[in-house]
Amino acid sequence: MLTDGLQSPKKTPIYRTHLESNAKMTDFCGWNMPIQYQKGIIAEVKAVRGSVGIFDVSHMGRIEFEGSGAEYFLGKILSANLKALNLGRSKYNFICNKDGGIIDDAMVYRVGDERFLLIVNAGNTHKDLKWIASQAMDGSDCNMAVLTDKTAMIAVQGPKAVAIVDEVTHGAASKIGRFRIANVSFDGCDATLARTGYTGEDGFEIIVPADQGSDLWLLLKNSGAIECGLGSRDVLRLEAGLPLHGNDISSSTNPFEAGFGRFVYTEAPDYVAGDALIQLLSTEPHRLLVGFKMIGRGIPRPGLKILSCSPEESNSSVIGNVTSGTYSPTVDCGIGMGYVDRKYSKVGNHIVIDVRGRLVAAEIVKLPFYKPF
Amino acid sequence: MYPDDLKYSKEHEWVRINGSIAEIGVTLFAQESLGDVVYVDLPEVGSEVEQFAKFGEIESVKAVSDLFCPVEGKIIEINHEVIDNPEVVNTEPYGSGWLIKVQLSDPSKVDDLMDAATYESTLG
Repeated sequence: MLTDGLQSPKKTPIYRTHLESNAKMTDFCGWNMPIQYQKGIIAEVKAVRGSVGIFDVSHMGRIEFEGSGAEYFLGKILSANLKALNLGRSKYNFICNKDGGIIDDAMVYRVGDERFLLIVNAGNTHKDLKWIASQAMDGSDCNMAVLTDKTAMIAVQGPKAVAIVDEVTHGAASKIGRFRIANVSFDGCDATLARTGYTGEDGFEIIVPADQGSDLWLLLKNSGAIECGLGSRDVLRLEAGLPLHGNDISSSTNPFEAGFGRFVYTEAPDYVAGDALIQLLSTEPHRLLVGFKMIGRGIPRPGLKILSCSPEESNSSVIGNVTSGTYSPTVDCGIGMGYVDRKYSKVGNHIVIDVRGRLVAAEIVKLPFYKPF
Repeated sequence: MYPDDLKYSKEHEWVRINGSIAEIGVTLFAQESLGDVVYVDLPEVGSEVEQFAKFGEIESVKAVSDLFCPVEGKIIEINHEVIDNPEVVNTEPYGSGWLIKVQLSDPSKVDDLMDAATYESTLG
Protein backbone atom coordinates (compact mmCIF):
# COMPACT_ATOMS: atom_id res chain seq x y z
CA MET A 1 0.00 0.00 0.00
CA LEU A 2 2.95 2.36 0.51
CA THR A 3 3.56 2.63 -3.20
CA ASP A 4 -0.17 2.87 -3.96
CA GLY A 5 -0.52 5.73 -1.48
CA LEU A 6 1.80 7.91 -3.53
CA GLN A 7 -0.45 7.75 -6.57
CA SER A 8 -3.84 9.34 -6.91
CA PRO A 9 -6.64 6.87 -6.17
CA LYS A 10 -7.94 4.72 -9.01
CA LYS A 11 -11.49 5.02 -10.30
CA THR A 12 -13.74 2.13 -11.25
CA PRO A 13 -15.56 2.12 -14.61
CA ILE A 14 -18.75 3.08 -12.69
CA TYR A 15 -17.17 6.09 -10.91
CA ARG A 16 -19.03 8.82 -12.85
CA THR A 17 -22.36 7.12 -12.26
CA HIS A 18 -21.69 7.17 -8.50
CA LEU A 19 -21.05 10.90 -8.64
CA GLU A 20 -24.29 11.41 -10.60
CA SER A 21 -26.10 9.55 -7.79
CA ASN A 22 -24.52 11.94 -5.24
CA ALA A 23 -22.67 9.15 -3.49
CA LYS A 24 -20.37 10.08 -0.62
CA MET A 25 -16.95 9.01 -1.89
CA THR A 26 -13.91 7.89 0.08
CA ASP A 27 -10.42 6.60 -0.66
CA PHE A 28 -10.23 2.89 0.08
CA CYS A 29 -7.19 0.71 -0.63
CA GLY A 30 -6.01 2.98 -3.44
CA TRP A 31 -9.47 3.36 -4.99
CA ASN A 32 -11.97 6.22 -4.83
CA MET A 33 -15.15 4.37 -3.86
CA PRO A 34 -18.72 5.16 -2.76
CA ILE A 35 -19.02 4.76 1.02
CA GLN A 36 -22.76 5.47 0.99
CA TYR A 37 -25.51 6.99 -1.13
CA GLN A 38 -28.06 9.59 -0.12
CA LYS A 39 -30.40 7.47 1.99
CA GLY A 40 -27.59 6.32 4.27
CA ILE A 41 -26.03 3.10 5.49
CA ILE A 42 -29.00 1.84 7.52
CA ALA A 43 -31.39 2.24 4.58
CA GLU A 44 -28.92 0.37 2.37
CA VAL A 45 -28.58 -2.50 4.88
CA LYS A 46 -32.38 -2.75 5.06
CA ALA A 47 -32.66 -2.75 1.28
CA VAL A 48 -30.29 -5.72 1.00
CA ARG A 49 -31.99 -7.63 3.83
CA GLY A 50 -35.49 -6.93 2.56
CA SER A 51 -35.21 -6.46 -1.20
CA VAL A 52 -32.08 -6.02 -3.35
CA GLY A 53 -28.98 -3.83 -3.36
CA ILE A 54 -26.14 -3.29 -5.84
CA PHE A 55 -22.48 -2.74 -4.95
CA ASP A 56 -19.63 -1.63 -7.21
CA VAL A 57 -16.93 -4.18 -6.38
CA SER A 58 -14.81 -3.44 -9.44
CA HIS A 59 -11.90 -2.59 -7.13
CA MET A 60 -11.49 -6.26 -6.17
CA GLY A 61 -8.63 -8.09 -7.88
CA ARG A 62 -9.63 -10.45 -10.71
CA ILE A 63 -6.89 -12.79 -11.90
CA GLU A 64 -7.25 -15.57 -14.44
CA PHE A 65 -4.96 -18.63 -14.68
CA GLU A 66 -5.01 -20.86 -17.73
CA GLY A 67 -3.09 -23.86 -18.98
CA SER A 68 -2.43 -27.53 -18.36
CA GLY A 69 -0.32 -26.52 -15.31
CA ALA A 70 -2.89 -24.08 -13.83
CA GLU A 71 -4.41 -26.56 -11.35
CA TYR A 72 -0.99 -27.63 -10.10
CA PHE A 73 0.28 -24.04 -9.84
CA LEU A 74 -2.79 -22.73 -7.96
CA GLY A 75 -2.68 -25.84 -5.77
CA LYS A 76 0.72 -24.66 -4.57
CA ILE A 77 -0.76 -21.32 -3.49
CA LEU A 78 -4.40 -21.77 -2.42
CA SER A 79 -5.85 -23.68 0.54
CA ALA A 80 -8.59 -25.20 -1.67
CA ASN A 81 -8.72 -28.72 -3.08
CA LEU A 82 -8.82 -27.81 -6.77
CA LYS A 83 -8.93 -31.42 -7.92
CA ALA A 84 -12.37 -31.60 -6.33
CA LEU A 85 -13.47 -28.29 -7.82
CA ASN A 86 -15.67 -29.11 -10.79
CA LEU A 87 -16.29 -26.88 -13.79
CA GLY A 88 -18.57 -23.97 -12.89
CA ARG A 89 -18.04 -24.33 -9.12
CA SER A 90 -16.42 -22.01 -6.58
CA LYS A 91 -14.55 -22.37 -3.30
CA TYR A 92 -13.68 -19.91 -0.53
CA ASN A 93 -10.01 -20.28 0.39
CA PHE A 94 -6.91 -18.67 1.86
CA ILE A 95 -3.61 -17.61 0.34
CA CYS A 96 -1.21 -18.53 3.16
CA ASN A 97 2.48 -17.80 3.60
CA LYS A 98 5.05 -20.47 4.53
CA ASP A 99 4.20 -20.01 8.23
CA GLY A 100 0.48 -20.56 7.64
CA GLY A 101 -0.32 -16.85 8.10
CA ILE A 102 -3.12 -15.51 5.91
CA ILE A 103 -1.80 -13.25 3.12
CA ASP A 104 -5.34 -12.91 1.78
CA ASP A 105 -8.68 -14.68 1.56
CA ALA A 106 -10.09 -15.31 -1.90
CA MET A 107 -12.74 -16.98 -4.02
CA VAL A 108 -11.55 -19.40 -6.68
CA TYR A 109 -13.82 -20.48 -9.56
CA ARG A 110 -13.17 -23.16 -12.17
CA VAL A 111 -14.30 -21.40 -15.35
CA GLY A 112 -12.83 -23.89 -17.85
CA ASP A 113 -11.29 -27.36 -17.76
CA GLU A 114 -7.87 -25.72 -17.44
CA ARG A 115 -8.95 -22.21 -16.48
CA PHE A 116 -9.50 -20.62 -13.06
CA LEU A 117 -10.68 -17.20 -11.89
CA LEU A 118 -9.32 -15.92 -8.58
CA ILE A 119 -10.99 -12.96 -6.87
CA VAL A 120 -8.95 -11.26 -4.14
CA ASN A 121 -9.24 -8.21 -1.87
CA ALA A 122 -8.55 -4.82 -3.49
CA GLY A 123 -6.03 -3.81 -0.86
CA ASN A 124 -4.12 -7.09 -1.17
CA THR A 125 -4.04 -7.50 -4.96
CA HIS A 126 -0.55 -6.06 -5.33
CA LYS A 127 0.81 -8.18 -2.46
CA ASP A 128 -0.96 -11.32 -3.77
CA LEU A 129 0.51 -10.84 -7.25
CA LYS A 130 4.00 -10.49 -5.79
CA TRP A 131 3.52 -13.67 -3.76
CA ILE A 132 2.13 -15.54 -6.78
CA ALA A 133 5.05 -14.34 -8.94
CA SER A 134 7.52 -15.55 -6.30
CA GLN A 135 6.06 -19.04 -6.60
CA ALA A 136 6.10 -19.18 -10.41
CA MET A 137 8.33 -21.75 -12.10
CA ASP A 138 9.91 -21.85 -15.50
CA GLY A 139 8.52 -24.33 -17.97
CA SER A 140 5.13 -24.86 -16.36
CA ASP A 141 2.11 -24.33 -18.61
CA CYS A 142 0.16 -21.70 -16.69
CA ASN A 143 -0.59 -18.24 -18.04
CA MET A 144 -1.77 -15.53 -15.71
CA ALA A 145 -3.83 -12.47 -16.69
CA VAL A 146 -4.99 -9.64 -14.43
CA LEU A 147 -8.51 -8.64 -15.54
CA THR A 148 -9.20 -6.00 -12.88
CA ASP A 149 -8.82 -2.92 -15.08
CA LYS A 150 -10.43 -4.47 -18.15
CA THR A 151 -13.67 -5.35 -16.40
CA ALA A 152 -16.27 -4.01 -13.98
CA MET A 153 -17.81 -6.13 -11.22
CA ILE A 154 -21.20 -5.50 -9.62
CA ALA A 155 -22.56 -7.46 -6.66
CA VAL A 156 -26.37 -7.82 -6.65
CA GLN A 157 -27.48 -9.04 -3.22
CA GLY A 158 -30.72 -9.64 -1.38
CA PRO A 159 -33.89 -11.74 -1.44
CA LYS A 160 -34.98 -10.17 -4.74
CA ALA A 161 -31.51 -10.32 -6.34
CA VAL A 162 -32.06 -13.51 -8.35
CA ALA A 163 -35.38 -12.25 -9.73
CA ILE A 164 -33.93 -8.93 -10.84
CA VAL A 165 -30.82 -10.45 -12.45
CA ASP A 166 -33.03 -13.04 -14.10
CA GLU A 167 -35.09 -10.23 -15.62
CA VAL A 168 -31.99 -8.42 -16.88
CA THR A 169 -30.49 -11.64 -18.35
CA HIS A 170 -33.81 -12.85 -19.82
CA GLY A 171 -34.03 -15.90 -17.61
CA ALA A 172 -30.40 -17.04 -17.71
CA ALA A 173 -29.47 -16.17 -14.13
CA SER A 174 -31.87 -18.41 -12.24
CA LYS A 175 -30.44 -21.47 -14.04
CA ILE A 176 -27.15 -20.91 -12.19
CA GLY A 177 -27.11 -22.69 -8.83
CA ARG A 178 -25.75 -21.33 -5.53
CA PHE A 179 -21.95 -20.85 -5.53
CA ARG A 180 -21.77 -21.64 -9.27
CA ILE A 181 -20.39 -19.51 -12.07
CA ALA A 182 -21.36 -19.29 -15.76
CA ASN A 183 -20.92 -17.08 -18.80
CA VAL A 184 -24.12 -15.42 -19.95
CA SER A 185 -24.80 -13.16 -22.93
CA PHE A 186 -27.70 -10.73 -22.93
CA ASP A 187 -28.47 -7.70 -25.12
CA GLY A 188 -24.99 -7.78 -26.67
CA CYS A 189 -23.23 -7.97 -23.32
CA ASP A 190 -20.92 -10.89 -22.48
CA ALA A 191 -21.04 -11.32 -18.72
CA THR A 192 -19.73 -13.76 -16.15
CA LEU A 193 -22.25 -14.46 -13.40
CA ALA A 194 -21.11 -15.94 -10.08
CA ARG A 195 -23.86 -16.76 -7.60
CA THR A 196 -21.74 -15.66 -4.64
CA GLY A 197 -21.40 -12.57 -2.45
CA TYR A 198 -20.32 -11.01 0.82
CA THR A 199 -23.61 -10.24 2.57
CA GLY A 200 -25.00 -13.67 3.53
CA GLU A 201 -27.84 -13.10 1.06
CA ASP A 202 -28.52 -14.90 -2.19
CA GLY A 203 -27.39 -13.00 -5.27
CA PHE A 204 -24.79 -12.59 -7.96
CA GLU A 205 -21.44 -11.02 -8.62
CA ILE A 206 -21.46 -9.98 -12.27
CA ILE A 207 -18.32 -9.30 -14.30
CA VAL A 208 -18.69 -7.36 -17.56
CA PRO A 209 -16.27 -5.52 -19.88
CA ALA A 210 -15.27 -2.20 -18.27
CA ASP A 211 -17.14 -0.05 -20.81
CA GLN A 212 -20.43 -1.81 -19.99
CA GLY A 213 -20.20 -1.40 -16.21
CA SER A 214 -22.20 1.82 -15.95
CA ASP A 215 -24.92 0.58 -18.32
CA LEU A 216 -25.41 -2.58 -16.24
CA TRP A 217 -25.41 -0.53 -13.03
CA LEU A 218 -28.15 1.76 -14.36
CA LEU A 219 -30.12 -1.17 -15.75
CA LEU A 220 -30.14 -2.84 -12.33
CA LYS A 221 -30.92 0.45 -10.60
CA ASN A 222 -33.82 1.13 -12.94
CA SER A 223 -35.10 -2.38 -12.26
CA GLY A 224 -35.44 -1.49 -8.58
CA ALA A 225 -32.06 -2.28 -7.00
CA ILE A 226 -30.88 0.16 -4.31
CA GLU A 227 -27.37 1.57 -4.69
CA CYS A 228 -25.13 0.51 -1.78
CA GLY A 229 -21.65 1.58 -0.73
CA LEU A 230 -18.74 0.22 1.27
CA GLY A 231 -20.32 1.30 4.58
CA SER A 232 -23.33 -1.00 4.30
CA ARG A 233 -21.17 -3.73 2.73
CA ASP A 234 -19.07 -3.83 5.91
CA VAL A 235 -22.16 -4.01 8.18
CA LEU A 236 -23.74 -6.73 6.03
CA ARG A 237 -20.63 -8.94 5.95
CA LEU A 238 -20.22 -8.63 9.71
CA GLU A 239 -23.88 -9.52 10.32
CA ALA A 240 -23.25 -12.57 8.12
CA GLY A 241 -20.19 -13.48 10.24
CA LEU A 242 -17.80 -13.13 7.30
CA PRO A 243 -14.23 -12.05 8.10
CA LEU A 244 -12.53 -8.97 6.66
CA HIS A 245 -8.87 -9.39 5.80
CA GLY A 246 -6.82 -6.76 7.59
CA ASN A 247 -9.27 -6.78 10.52
CA ASP A 248 -10.27 -10.32 11.48
CA ILE A 249 -7.63 -12.25 9.60
CA SER A 250 -4.13 -11.21 8.54
CA SER A 251 -0.64 -12.57 7.91
CA SER A 252 -0.24 -12.82 11.70
CA THR A 253 -3.33 -15.03 12.13
CA ASN A 254 -3.85 -18.54 10.78
CA PRO A 255 -7.04 -20.18 9.46
CA PHE A 256 -7.46 -22.46 12.51
CA GLU A 257 -7.53 -19.78 15.20
CA ALA A 258 -9.93 -17.84 12.96
CA GLY A 259 -12.22 -20.89 12.99
CA PHE A 260 -11.93 -21.57 9.25
CA GLY A 261 -10.14 -24.92 9.31
CA ARG A 262 -12.87 -26.30 7.06
CA PHE A 263 -11.50 -24.17 4.21
CA VAL A 264 -8.01 -25.65 4.51
CA TYR A 265 -6.80 -28.52 2.32
CA THR A 266 -3.14 -29.38 2.79
CA GLU A 267 -2.64 -32.33 0.44
CA ALA A 268 -2.12 -30.57 -2.87
CA PRO A 269 1.30 -31.48 -4.34
CA ASP A 270 4.00 -28.97 -3.33
CA TYR A 271 1.51 -26.76 -1.40
CA VAL A 272 3.80 -24.05 0.03
CA ALA A 273 1.88 -23.60 3.29
CA GLY A 274 1.13 -27.31 3.71
CA ASP A 275 3.79 -28.21 6.30
CA ALA A 276 3.09 -25.13 8.41
CA LEU A 277 -0.67 -25.69 8.35
CA ILE A 278 -0.33 -29.40 9.27
CA GLN A 279 1.91 -28.35 12.17
CA LEU A 280 -0.62 -25.69 13.31
CA LEU A 281 -3.46 -28.19 13.09
CA SER A 282 -1.68 -30.53 15.50
CA THR A 283 -1.67 -27.94 18.31
CA GLU A 284 -4.65 -26.27 19.99
CA PRO A 285 -4.74 -22.55 19.15
CA HIS A 286 -4.16 -20.24 22.15
CA ARG A 287 -6.80 -17.82 20.95
CA LEU A 288 -9.93 -18.09 18.82
CA LEU A 289 -11.93 -15.67 16.73
CA VAL A 290 -15.42 -15.30 18.24
CA GLY A 291 -18.56 -13.30 17.55
CA PHE A 292 -20.20 -11.32 20.34
CA LYS A 293 -23.30 -9.23 20.91
CA MET A 294 -23.39 -6.27 23.27
CA ILE A 295 -25.63 -6.71 26.30
CA GLY A 296 -25.07 -3.19 27.65
CA ARG A 297 -25.32 0.03 25.65
CA GLY A 298 -22.31 0.56 23.44
CA ILE A 299 -20.83 -0.20 20.06
CA PRO A 300 -17.67 -2.28 19.75
CA ARG A 301 -14.97 -0.97 17.42
CA PRO A 302 -11.76 -2.56 16.10
CA GLY A 303 -8.86 -2.26 18.55
CA LEU A 304 -10.93 -2.16 21.77
CA LYS A 305 -9.81 -4.52 24.54
CA ILE A 306 -11.86 -7.55 25.58
CA LEU A 307 -11.83 -8.33 29.32
CA SER A 308 -12.82 -11.47 31.16
CA CYS A 309 -16.01 -11.50 33.15
CA SER A 310 -15.61 -14.64 35.16
CA PRO A 311 -17.25 -14.63 38.61
CA GLU A 312 -14.29 -16.43 40.21
CA GLU A 313 -11.85 -13.73 39.14
CA SER A 314 -11.91 -10.62 41.29
CA ASN A 315 -10.04 -8.52 38.74
CA SER A 316 -10.98 -8.72 35.09
CA SER A 317 -7.96 -9.32 32.91
CA VAL A 318 -7.45 -8.57 29.23
CA ILE A 319 -8.30 -11.72 27.27
CA GLY A 320 -8.31 -10.38 23.73
CA ASN A 321 -9.19 -7.57 21.38
CA VAL A 322 -11.96 -6.54 19.01
CA THR A 323 -11.15 -6.93 15.30
CA SER A 324 -14.51 -5.81 13.79
CA GLY A 325 -17.47 -4.06 15.33
CA THR A 326 -20.45 -1.96 14.41
CA TYR A 327 -24.08 -1.28 15.13
CA SER A 328 -26.23 -3.89 13.40
CA PRO A 329 -29.53 -2.51 12.10
CA THR A 330 -30.79 -6.06 11.49
CA VAL A 331 -30.08 -7.39 14.99
CA ASP A 332 -30.56 -3.88 16.51
CA CYS A 333 -27.56 -3.89 18.83
CA GLY A 334 -23.77 -3.61 18.81
CA ILE A 335 -22.08 -6.66 17.30
CA GLY A 336 -18.44 -7.58 16.89
CA MET A 337 -15.78 -10.16 16.30
CA GLY A 338 -12.48 -10.53 18.09
CA TYR A 339 -9.81 -12.91 19.27
CA VAL A 340 -10.08 -14.18 22.84
CA ASP A 341 -8.03 -16.57 24.94
CA ARG A 342 -9.35 -20.04 24.09
CA LYS A 343 -10.63 -20.79 27.62
CA TYR A 344 -13.05 -17.83 27.41
CA SER A 345 -14.22 -18.54 23.87
CA LYS A 346 -17.31 -20.70 24.51
CA VAL A 347 -20.65 -19.59 23.09
CA GLY A 348 -22.76 -18.18 25.92
CA ASN A 349 -19.79 -16.85 27.91
CA HIS A 350 -20.07 -13.30 29.12
CA ILE A 351 -17.21 -10.92 28.38
CA VAL A 352 -16.60 -7.19 28.85
CA ILE A 353 -15.68 -4.71 26.14
CA ASP A 354 -13.58 -1.74 27.24
CA VAL A 355 -15.30 1.01 25.25
CA ARG A 356 -12.78 3.82 25.74
CA GLY A 357 -12.84 3.37 29.51
CA ARG A 358 -16.50 2.42 29.81
CA LEU A 359 -16.86 -1.30 30.62
CA VAL A 360 -19.80 -2.78 28.72
CA ALA A 361 -21.06 -6.36 29.05
CA ALA A 362 -21.26 -8.62 25.99
CA GLU A 363 -22.03 -12.25 25.26
CA ILE A 364 -20.21 -14.63 22.95
CA VAL A 365 -22.68 -15.90 20.35
CA LYS A 366 -22.67 -18.35 17.49
CA LEU A 367 -21.90 -16.85 14.08
CA PRO A 368 -23.50 -15.63 11.90
CA PHE A 369 -25.42 -12.90 13.73
CA TYR A 370 -28.03 -13.05 10.99
CA LYS A 371 -28.85 -15.88 8.59
CA PRO A 372 -31.29 -14.93 5.84
CA PHE A 373 -32.24 -18.50 4.91
CA MET B 1 -29.62 25.26 7.42
CA TYR B 2 -27.82 27.26 10.14
CA PRO B 3 -30.40 29.25 12.15
CA ASP B 4 -29.43 32.85 12.90
CA ASP B 5 -30.54 32.72 16.54
CA LEU B 6 -27.90 30.09 17.42
CA LYS B 7 -24.19 30.31 18.18
CA TYR B 8 -21.73 27.79 16.74
CA SER B 9 -18.40 26.16 17.67
CA LYS B 10 -15.70 25.00 15.27
CA GLU B 11 -16.35 21.44 16.52
CA HIS B 12 -19.82 21.71 14.92
CA GLU B 13 -21.97 22.11 18.02
CA TRP B 14 -24.70 24.74 18.25
CA VAL B 15 -25.88 26.69 21.33
CA ARG B 16 -29.31 28.24 21.94
CA ILE B 17 -29.12 30.79 24.76
CA ASN B 18 -32.20 31.30 26.91
CA GLY B 19 -31.33 33.61 29.80
CA SER B 20 -28.60 31.82 31.76
CA ILE B 21 -29.39 28.45 30.22
CA ALA B 22 -27.72 27.07 27.08
CA GLU B 23 -29.28 24.30 25.00
CA ILE B 24 -26.67 22.38 22.97
CA GLY B 25 -26.75 20.10 19.96
CA VAL B 26 -24.80 19.23 16.83
CA THR B 27 -25.13 21.10 13.53
CA LEU B 28 -26.66 19.98 10.26
CA PHE B 29 -23.12 19.70 8.87
CA ALA B 30 -22.10 17.44 11.77
CA GLN B 31 -25.04 15.08 11.38
CA GLU B 32 -24.54 14.89 7.60
CA SER B 33 -20.85 14.10 8.04
CA LEU B 34 -21.57 11.47 10.68
CA GLY B 35 -24.29 9.69 8.72
CA ASP B 36 -26.87 7.59 10.57
CA VAL B 37 -26.47 8.30 14.30
CA VAL B 38 -26.96 5.10 16.28
CA TYR B 39 -25.63 5.90 19.75
CA VAL B 40 -25.28 8.95 22.00
CA ASP B 41 -23.45 8.93 25.34
CA LEU B 42 -24.28 11.93 27.56
CA PRO B 43 -22.95 12.99 31.00
CA GLU B 44 -24.77 12.83 34.33
CA VAL B 45 -27.08 15.68 35.24
CA GLY B 46 -25.32 17.83 37.87
CA SER B 47 -21.82 17.39 36.48
CA GLU B 48 -19.73 20.42 35.60
CA VAL B 49 -18.26 20.93 32.18
CA GLU B 50 -15.58 23.36 30.98
CA GLN B 51 -15.77 25.29 27.75
CA PHE B 52 -14.56 23.21 24.76
CA ALA B 53 -14.06 20.12 26.98
CA LYS B 54 -15.39 16.71 25.96
CA PHE B 55 -18.83 16.01 27.42
CA GLY B 56 -19.91 12.89 25.58
CA GLU B 57 -19.72 10.71 22.51
CA ILE B 58 -21.81 10.34 19.41
CA GLU B 59 -21.56 7.29 17.15
CA SER B 60 -22.70 6.61 13.63
CA VAL B 61 -22.65 3.20 11.96
CA LYS B 62 -19.14 4.00 10.71
CA ALA B 63 -17.36 5.75 13.56
CA VAL B 64 -17.33 7.39 16.97
CA SER B 65 -16.83 11.14 17.55
CA ASP B 66 -16.34 13.17 20.72
CA LEU B 67 -18.82 15.86 21.71
CA PHE B 68 -17.31 19.13 22.96
CA CYS B 69 -19.20 21.62 25.11
CA PRO B 70 -19.21 25.12 23.55
CA VAL B 71 -19.99 26.75 26.93
CA GLU B 72 -19.02 26.36 30.58
CA GLY B 73 -21.31 25.44 33.45
CA LYS B 74 -23.38 22.76 35.13
CA ILE B 75 -25.41 20.21 33.21
CA ILE B 76 -29.02 20.59 34.31
CA GLU B 77 -30.80 18.38 31.79
CA ILE B 78 -29.99 15.73 29.20
CA ASN B 79 -32.23 14.68 26.31
CA HIS B 80 -33.39 11.11 26.96
CA GLU B 81 -35.11 11.05 23.58
CA VAL B 82 -31.76 11.01 21.73
CA ILE B 83 -30.58 8.14 23.91
CA ASP B 84 -33.65 6.07 23.04
CA ASN B 85 -33.97 7.29 19.42
CA PRO B 86 -30.56 8.54 18.28
CA GLU B 87 -31.86 9.06 14.71
CA VAL B 88 -33.60 12.29 15.81
CA VAL B 89 -30.12 13.88 15.72
CA ASN B 90 -30.24 13.28 11.96
CA THR B 91 -33.85 14.25 11.40
CA GLU B 92 -34.12 17.26 13.74
CA PRO B 93 -30.64 18.42 14.72
CA TYR B 94 -31.88 21.84 15.92
CA GLY B 95 -35.13 20.60 17.45
CA SER B 96 -35.88 17.37 19.28
CA GLY B 97 -32.32 16.23 18.52
CA TRP B 98 -30.83 18.60 21.15
CA LEU B 99 -28.39 16.91 23.55
CA ILE B 100 -27.88 18.78 26.85
CA LYS B 101 -28.87 21.95 28.75
CA VAL B 102 -26.19 23.81 30.69
CA GLN B 103 -26.59 26.42 33.45
CA LEU B 104 -23.98 28.97 32.37
CA SER B 105 -21.30 29.78 34.95
CA ASP B 106 -19.76 32.48 32.78
CA PRO B 107 -22.19 33.81 30.12
CA SER B 108 -19.47 36.07 28.65
CA LYS B 109 -17.78 32.98 27.20
CA VAL B 110 -20.64 32.69 24.71
CA ASP B 111 -18.90 35.56 22.91
CA ASP B 112 -16.10 33.13 21.95
CA LEU B 113 -18.53 31.36 19.63
CA MET B 114 -19.40 32.08 15.99
CA ASP B 115 -22.60 33.47 14.52
CA ALA B 116 -24.35 31.52 11.76
CA ALA B 117 -22.74 33.35 8.82
CA THR B 118 -19.22 32.98 10.24
CA TYR B 119 -19.76 29.30 11.00
CA GLU B 120 -21.15 28.60 7.56
CA SER B 121 -18.14 30.31 5.96
CA THR B 122 -15.81 27.85 7.76
CA LEU B 123 -17.53 24.91 6.09
CA GLY B 124 -16.13 25.85 2.69
